[in-house]
Amino acid sequence: MGEPAQGQAFDMPRGDAKRPAAEVLPYAAAAGAPPLIQVQDIAKRYESRSGDSIDAIEKISLDVPRGGFISLVGPSGCGKSTLLKMMGRLLPPSSGRIVYRGIRQGEIKPRLGVVFQESLLLPWRTILDNILLPIEVMRLDAAAGLDRARKLLATVGLEGFEKKYPFELSGGMQQRAAIARALAPEPELLLMDEPFGALDALTREQMAEELQTIWMRTGKTIVFVTHSISEAVYLSDRVVVLSGRPSRLLDDIEIDLPRPRSLDMMTDPRFGTYATHIRRLLSAKREM
Amino acid sequence: MTVSTAVHDVVFSAETAKPAPMRAGFRTTGSIVSAIVLVAVLASWEGCVRAGVMPAFLLPAPSNLVLMFATDILSPAFLKEALYTMAEIALGFGAGAVAGIGLGAAIALVPMIEQIAWPYVITLQTIPKVAIAPLLIIWFGFGIESKVLIVALICFFPILVNAVAGFRSTDARQVLLMDSMDATKWQLFRKVRLPNAVPYLIAGLQIAVVLSVIGAVVGEFLGASAGLGALLVVRQSNMDVTGVFSVLATLSIIGLSMNLAVGLLSRRFAFWMDTSVKI
Repeated sequence: MGEPAQGQAFDMPRGDAKRPAAEVLPYAAAAGAPPLIQVQDIAKRYESRSGDSIDAIEKISLDVPRGGFISLVGPSGCGKSTLLKMMGRLLPPSSGRIVYRGIRQGEIKPRLGVVFQESLLLPWRTILDNILLPIEVMRLDAAAGLDRARKLLATVGLEGFEKKYPFELSGGMQQRAAIARALAPEPELLLMDEPFGALDALTREQMAEELQTIWMRTGKTIVFVTHSISEAVYLSDRVVVLSGRPSRLLDDIEIDLPRPRSLDMMTDPRFGTYATHIRRLLSAKREM
Repeated sequence: MTVSTAVHDVVFSAETAKPAPMRAGFRTTGSIVSAIVLVAVLASWEGCVRAGVMPAFLLPAPSNLVLMFATDILSPAFLKEALYTMAEIALGFGAGAVAGIGLGAAIALVPMIEQIAWPYVITLQTIPKVAIAPLLIIWFGFGIESKVLIVALICFFPILVNAVAGFRSTDARQVLLMDSMDATKWQLFRKVRLPNAVPYLIAGLQIAVVLSVIGAVVGEFLGASAGLGALLVVRQSNMDVTGVFSVLATLSIIGLSMNLAVGLLSRRFAFWMDTSVKI
């Protein structure tokens, strides 16, 4: 496999297959503004207990435009989550940097909403109080926050559950509450680390459909880590394919399918072409 | 929920977990049988003593014990002794809890304090606290101070060890989530670490409740001018078995009510945990 983003051997339905990843992307160019996040030559190395170091991420550059939906896919343990955390400044990179809004110094970190595979709701708080947590922590306006939290409860289909405790809800409902919590402080950037990974297939598809609706309605920038190729193609503007450890960028694929996408679209031949391309990239890498 | 540390006082394990739920009908039947057994035992005991099978000076009849207990708790002199012991227990328990939870949080959250304090904690933990009591009486006299100290010391360790385990049990992913909200250290403590530690703190308090009564009574045995333990010694030397029973009943009521109070705390603050201490 050659340099990142150059291993194109398939006939992909897109214009500039050979475009280097770090180049300014059409979204940002069209908006006339720098991308919300620029990942510049980022690498992460972990020191193990025995003293040797493990390269989790070798060198990755990519842009996330404002309002975009970007998925990161790659084999297990390839550092997708690590990259995601670094994009939110929740983990320092070993080298390289994250630039927000094209401003290199004195920039304001975008307000974050984070969703993990587990809902991580606080078990001693009611669903409503869990959704209010970021509003309390960030000291946002309480009255407006409460109003927004109630609306979000409706958005994620949890009306009537505000006084319940997390252990009284199913896994899917807990995850909906976690999404509502992430959206409560009106974040600029939503980081989602396999948010549907612990759900059954049916709930998972339903949640993906709802996430698309929420994203289209709110216009948040979303970076989404997933194991599921079809989930990534279904949801994303762009799918970033990462190699196994040490992680490198294999391809950055623009998904040119009309929105809103329905689940039926998964049987569309164009959908299949994207999915097959990504699958081949990942399996070709494994055989090496 | 099993907590394993080097120290044995952490009993927040399977034994304190609630038993498997029984069917309601079965439980009612059990309670009825239990009541019948109690009545039967008391009746035959009363019968044996009245018939002269059992000498009353060794084991007084239950009716006499009830009478004696009623007389005791209506007597101001007895109540004064009881209040004295309760004050020792309350002050000692409170001091032990505050110190144990405070130092426990510090040890769990500040690595520097852990390195300094932990070796001493382990070492002191191995000394039987009851064995230090004579020393404390020499140092602090026959008054209330020495007993409060004994109670505090005996309560301190189980509370401390459970507090350390509790404050360490915070989920790292939960911390990451709070980081994503730019939470301060205090917010992280107040909103996540502290509530998360509550079931452990309650488990520690529950052990300390039992120990605190033991501590106060042992302290008074060794030398006291007042208190139920001192009264127990006096009544024993008079061969007043009925009186001894009455003091025992009072002590167990003190212990039970403290247990109940901790149980209420648990129900209020640890309801969300399936292993929370039930009463």
